[in-house]
Amino acid sequence: MTQTDEPFDGRRWHDMGGQPAGPVPDDQHDFSIWEKRIDALMVISSTKGYFTVDGLRRVLEDMGPDAFDTMTYYERWMASINQNLIEAGVYSTAELAQKMSEVASRGNTYGDAAGG
Amino acid sequence: MPPVGKRHYMRVRADMPPGHVRTPAYLRGKTGWVERVLGPFPNPEQLAYGHQGENLSLMRVRFTMGDIWGAAAENPQDTLDAEIYSHWLEPAEPPHAT
Repeated sequence: MTQTDEPFDGRRWHDMGGQPAGPVPDDQHDFSIWEKRIDALMVISSTKGYFTVDGLRRVLEDMGPDAFDTMTYYERWMASINQNLIEAGVYSTAELAQKMSEVASRGNTYGDAAGG
Repeated sequence: MPPVGKRHYMRVRADMPPGHVRTPAYLRGKTGWVERVLGPFPNPEQLAYGHQGENLSLMRVRFTMGDIWGAAAENPQDTLDAEIYSHWLEPAEPPHAT
């Protein structure tokens, strides 16, 4: 389908409906445990009232097209959930930094980190 | 599908605000008719920024491909349904002679 001849000044990058597109990849893959956890984190965050799927989408859109090209689907979700949780005051950037440091100190493998 | 004379035609506002909206750009400025009213839902454009969402009517609007894409439409009589919040819609005349 070709784009209409009317220009859409101000159309944002993620608003792709009607734009030229390549083939649709239909390959599937099993989700990793961390991807399932990110999905669960979104459900928990929404259930607890920290933010909604609309907040998730808003940050995904604000990341811009570079993130769409360089990050995987759940990597983008992880970044958006984190941004929304900080905005909601669930934790601070400093608390996040401390926690990341603690987890990293447990070891490099999933098993080491989970067993800490 | 209601008879043409009983359709409530609505035009999608042609606005382009820079924030989070749920109305696709390719439908802005286009006219369709109300297929059904889905009921009140909180405004996602407020929810997206952590605010309480005002309850708005969500409409399922039916467009013809010809009215969306003009001469580029492959099958102009085919229809497309989109669910659009009422603050994006304004009453309109039918977009073409039928």
